[in-house]
Amino acid sequence: MKKLLLGDFAVARGAYEGGVKVATAYPGTPSTEITEELARYDDVYSEWSPNEKVAFEVALGSALKGARTIVSMKHVGLNVAADPLFTAVYSGVNAGLVVAVADDPSVFSSQNEQDTRLTAVSAKCPVIEPSDSQEAKDFTMLAFEISEKYDTPVILRLTTRVAHSQSLVELKDRAEIPNKPYEKNIAKYVMMPANAKKKHVVVEDRIKKLSADAEHFSINRVERGSEELGVICSGGVYEYVKEALPEASVLKLGMVYPLPYKMIEDFAKSVKRCIVAEELAPHLETLIKAHGIEVEGKNIFPLCGEFSANLIRECVLGQKNCGEIRQVPARPPVLCAGCPHRGVFYVLSKLKLNVLGDIGCYTLGAVTPLNAMDSVICMGASIGMAIGFDKAEDGAYKKTVAVIGDSTFIHSGITGLIDAVYNKARVTVIIVDNRTTGMTGHQNHPATGKTIKNEPTYPLCLEDVCKAVGVNRVSVVNLDDVNEVERVVKAELAAEEVSVIIARKPCVLLTKKLYNGFSVDPEKCRNCKMCLKIGCPAIISGEHGVSIDKSLCTECGLCRNICKFNAIEGEAK
Amino acid sequence: MDILIAGVGGQGTLLASRVLGKYALDNGFDCKLSEVHGMAQRGGSVITYVRISEKPEEKIYSPIIDEKGADIILAFEKLEALRYLHYLKDGGVVIYSSQEVMPMPVVTGAEKYPQGIENLLNGVEIDALELAVKAGNSKAANSVMMGALCKKLSLDKEKFLAALIACIPQKTIDMNKTAFELGYAAVK
Repeated sequence: MKKLLLGDFAVARGAYEGGVKVATAYPGTPSTEITEELARYDDVYSEWSPNEKVAFEVALGSALKGARTIVSMKHVGLNVAADPLFTAVYSGVNAGLVVAVADDPSVFSSQNEQDTRLTAVSAKCPVIEPSDSQEAKDFTMLAFEISEKYDTPVILRLTTRVAHSQSLVELKDRAEIPNKPYEKNIAKYVMMPANAKKKHVVVEDRIKKLSADAEHFSINRVERGSEELGVICSGGVYEYVKEALPEASVLKLGMVYPLPYKMIEDFAKSVKRCIVAEELAPHLETLIKAHGIEVEGKNIFPLCGEFSANLIRECVLGQKNCGEIRQVPARPPVLCAGCPHRGVFYVLSKLKLNVLGDIGCYTLGAVTPLNAMDSVICMGASIGMAIGFDKAEDGAYKKTVAVIGDSTFIHSGITGLIDAVYNKARVTVIIVDNRTTGMTGHQNHPATGKTIKNEPTYPLCLEDVCKAVGVNRVSVVNLDDVNEVERVVKAELAAEEVSVIIARKPCVLLTKKLYNGFSVDPEKCRNCKMCLKIGCPAIISGEHGVSIDKSLCTECGLCRNICKFNAIEGEAK
Repeated sequence: MDILIAGVGGQGTLLASRVLGKYALDNGFDCKLSEVHGMAQRGGSVITYVRISEKPEEKIYSPIIDEKGADIILAFEKLEALRYLHYLKDGGVVIYSSQEVMPMPVVTGAEKYPQGIENLLNGVEIDALELAVKAGNSKAANSVMMGALCKKLSLDKEKFLAALIACIPQKTIDMNKTAFELGYAAVK
C-alpha cells in the first residue's frame, strides 16, 4: 500500500518495519515527529528523555542489550549527545543503533545552521542521507543493517525539507527481529585508556573498510546522462539537481561518510565538468579534493541557506529566473494572543533589565515591541550566563535575570542552578512554566506528569528541584496580576543570593476554549497606545484608535491590567 | 501542477495541503508537499508547497516551488498573497481570501497595511471568513478556499470532497461540506 508520508513519519515507519524495539528523543524541530509517530506503535517502547544526551545513553544501553534502537534529535541536539556518540563509535553497539539527526538549512527553527556531517567526520561515525520519504524509510531500515554489520552507530541525516516534506511511500509489514544476545565484554564496552587505545585502531579500520565496501552499496549510484556535465550530490539536493539539470550525469551518494573514492574518481573522469552540489559545509568537496580529485563546489554554490532548483540553475548554468519581490510589511512570528509569557516580558522590558534568555517559544520575548532579551545561545545557557554577568561586574545582578522554560530547565538548566548555589552567585532565575514543551508542538516532559504515550507518571516538581539543590528563595508568581509579577521580580533582584521565580500558567493553546473576546470602549480610550507595548497580535492600532480582534483575543486580561483609563471591557479570566 | 498555499500560522494551510495530497494520491498522481513547522508557525507568515504530476507516470523531484513556478497561489490572507506573488508563473492564477490579518509592524503602528492589494493580485477574491461563518464556524475558512480552488481548477468535485472528508474530524464534516459548497459556488 502506498501512502503520502512526512519524511519524519517515513523514518518512524522504517524503524517500525525494521523491528525497532526502543525509540528515544528530546523534541526538536524538524526531528520531533519521528518519535511522536513511533509512540503510536504499541510494540515499540518510546520515551521523551530529559535531553539528547540521556536519550542517546538510553538508546546505547538498549542496543548493547540487544534490541534495535533509534534515537532522534535536531542538529544542535547532537552537540548535547556528542559525548556518548564519540565513544559509542569506539564501543560499538551489538544490535543496530540508528541516530536520526535533522539539520535545518535556512534556519527555519533553530539557533544556528551547523552541518551534522562535520560532527560525524570528527566522531568517525558513518552517515547515510535520504532524498525523499521513500528513501527515508528504506535508509532507516538499511541503517540498522549497516550498524549491525559494522558494529557502529549510524547517523541518518535529514534536513528540514526532507523531514517536513511529504511524498509517496510503500508500506510493508514489521519484521520481527529477535534481540541479539548480550555478553559482558570489558575490552569492548569499558572505555578506559588501555581499551580505548585499541578500539581507536578498530574505528579507523572500520571506516577504511566501509569506504571500500561503499563502492558496491546500491545507495551510491550513477545515473548516466550527458558527458558534458556531472553532478555529485546527496539528500534533498539530489531532487533539485534532477529537476534543474535533467540532462546531466548524476552521482547520487546515499552514504555521505565515508565515501566511495574509486566510484567518485571514475565518475569525475567520465564527465567534462564535475560539480559537487551540497547545502551548508563543503563536506563532500573537501574530502573529494583531499583525495586528489578535481571538482567544482563552493566556488559556485553558497555556504548558507537551503538550495532550490532555481539556485542550481543559476549557479551552474547562470540562468536567473526570479520574480519581482514586493515591499510589504514583514510578518515575523510572535507570542500568541493570550500567551502566559507576555506579562513576564512586559515587566522585564518595563524594568529595563538585562535578560539572558533561552530556547523555546519565549525566545519571541526578544522581538519588537517587547525587545525583552539580551541573549539566546543554547539550551540552558541562560542560567550559566547570568552567573557570568554576576561574576564579571559587581552589582550586575541587581538588573539581570535568566529566563528559561520548564522543559528547557529540565533539559539543561538544573546543573546551571547548582553552579549558582555552589559558587554563591547572586542570580535571579525566572522559570516560565507553561506546563509543556511549547515550540515543538506540545510534547510532555518530566514535570507534566504524563509520558510520551500520555500515561500518568511521577510528576517532577520544579519547586522541589530548586529547593533540593539549595535555593532558599523559591516563589511561584500569579501571572494574572502583572503588578504582582513586577513586585516579585523587584524583590528577588534585590536579594543577595540565588532566587527562582516560577511563572506558571498553562500554554494558551492547550486550553481549547471559545472566548467572547474583549473590546475597547472608544469613549474611555485616550489612544495612549500603552496596550500596544505588550505586542499582542489581537490589539490593533488603526486610524481611529486602538481596537481588539475578538477572533484572536483569549481574555487573558494583560491589556486590561495595564490600561490606565479602564478602556478595555470584558471580564478577565 | 504547482500550488503555493500562503497564510498566517494557525490558519490551517497544512490541512489544505494534506487534502490536495490525498486528492492526488487517490487519483494515481505523484505528489510532493512541503510544510513549515516550529518557530515559523507562531503567527508568522507560512507557505506550503503542493506539487502534483500532470500524468500518473510522471515523477516529481523537488518538494519546493521556485519563484515564477506556481500555477496557482491559494492565499488565506490578502497580504500573504502579495508577499509571495513573485512565485506565480506568467499566466498563473491567484485565489485569495479577502481576510486581513494585521502583522506586528502594523499592529504597533510602525507600518500601514497596504491598500489596493486587489489590483496587484488581479485574481479571484473569496470572502472566505464570511462564508465560513455562514457555514457555522470561522475556522472552516480553509474549506471555503478549497471549494473555490476545486471549481477554479475544474477538479472532480466528488473526489475532491471525499479527500477533504478523509482529512477532517468526523463531527465537523457537515460544516466543512457546507463551507466547501459555498466556496465552490463563489467562483463564477
